[in-house]
Amino acid sequence: MVNRDAVNCEQVWHEISNYLEGEVDSALRLAMNEHFRTCQRCLSVLEGTRNVIQLYGDERMIEAPAGFGRRLEKRLAQNARVSGRRWSTWSAWLVPVAALLLFAGGLHVANSLTVTPELKSEHAQPGWGIPADMQVVVTADARVFHVAGCGVIHNKQTERTLTAKEAIEQGYVPCLRCMREYLHTASAGHVALESEADAEVDVDDEREHFDRR
Amino acid sequence: MVLNTLVDNPGQAGTTREQDLIARVQRGQNELFYELVKPYERRVYAAALAILRNEADAEDVAQEAMLKAFANIRQFRAEARFSTWLIQITVNEALMRRRRDRTVVMEGIDVRREEESDYAPRDFADWREIPSEALERKEVRQKLAAALATLDRKYREVFVLRDMEQFNIQETAAALGISVASVKTRLLRARLMLRDLLAAGWEQGWFSRLPFEKGSKPW
Repeated sequence: MVNRDAVNCEQVWHEISNYLEGEVDSALRLAMNEHFRTCQRCLSVLEGTRNVIQLYGDERMIEAPAGFGRRLEKRLAQNARVSGRRWSTWSAWLVPVAALLLFAGGLHVANSLTVTPELKSEHAQPGWGIPADMQVVVTADARVFHVAGCGVIHNKQTERTLTAKEAIEQGYVPCLRCMREYLHTASAGHVALESEADAEVDVDDEREHFDRR
Repeated sequence: MVLNTLVDNPGQAGTTREQDLIARVQRGQNELFYELVKPYERRVYAAALAILRNEADAEDVAQEAMLKAFANIRQFRAEARFSTWLIQITVNEALMRRRRDRTVVMEGIDVRREEESDYAPRDFADWREIPSEALERKEVRQKLAAALATLDRKYREVFVLRDMEQFNIQETAAALGISVASVKTRLLRARLMLRDLLAAGWEQGWFSRLPFEKGSKPW
């Protein structure tokens, strides 16, 4: 511990850096000031240390090799170009990929509402307004789906029941006979299945219409 | 052009201009990054050199640090000084490079012993203050740089960060991963050793051609 009233040379050397940093308390500072007034050696150490800090703290002391700035600028520019190219490459890919994803997403959404499957028969035609949850039947090796009890169901022992939506998704087409009512309104490019959402809207519309009445 | 707009506005404070540049680069104006770091390029190099002691490695690390700063510019927060942030990145890069290159000899016990021992500054009969004007002369700068290069790494690093890069004590400690007490001890030792080296250099005629008046000590 430093005696604040009087300090010796060793104590001064030990604290001289803190003294220059302004990190000694006032009592110690006073004691050191008093010491510097009487000790030439410590005063020279103080002045010399202060000179060191002043010289090395000068901006001119921080030097870089010739051409350093130019080389740095060049490398940063190259990096920026690569980053830009990387971005360009990405963006060049991103646009079609994003478009594809959007399209696929759109298809998926559309498929959840409307189904446009690959038809099992090239002569088949999609239906129109078929309720999605309508129970229909299909049989093995056939390409059409039917209302249960349809008279033209072949291979009945393989019959299985599913919804119209599932049947259409699997590529089955409506029977020309039992599903006729859904075929005559079908037109090219139109959706084949009435969506549940549409159905709900219709119900709401009907209710609204009914309420107004 | 954006750059000209900034340069042509001398009334704009440096820090405001810097903040503006930072904001623009963060928004994607990458071409302004060099303009942003240019004032600090020498300091970045000096920090790397202080740690690596090899000019080629220092330049490479300085460039790598700048690229890293560029890549992470969006993480910079305004409450920090940009120069400190930049040099901190450089110090980290340099320390990593040094560890990677395994150029450091284990020095744990020796460091403690040296730091605990007191250093007695030499008493010189003929020593005079070197005025800052002398730094205009390249040979003076070279002599000072040579003196700094003779310091042991642990003293040199602390001295460069505190007295040349103008880090505060806490920032220096954080940058080097050492305690504040160690920074103070090493800083004291570095300053006293440099003072002795310069005084000895004066006796050896390093600065004899400087236009100083001959005379006795100034005290």
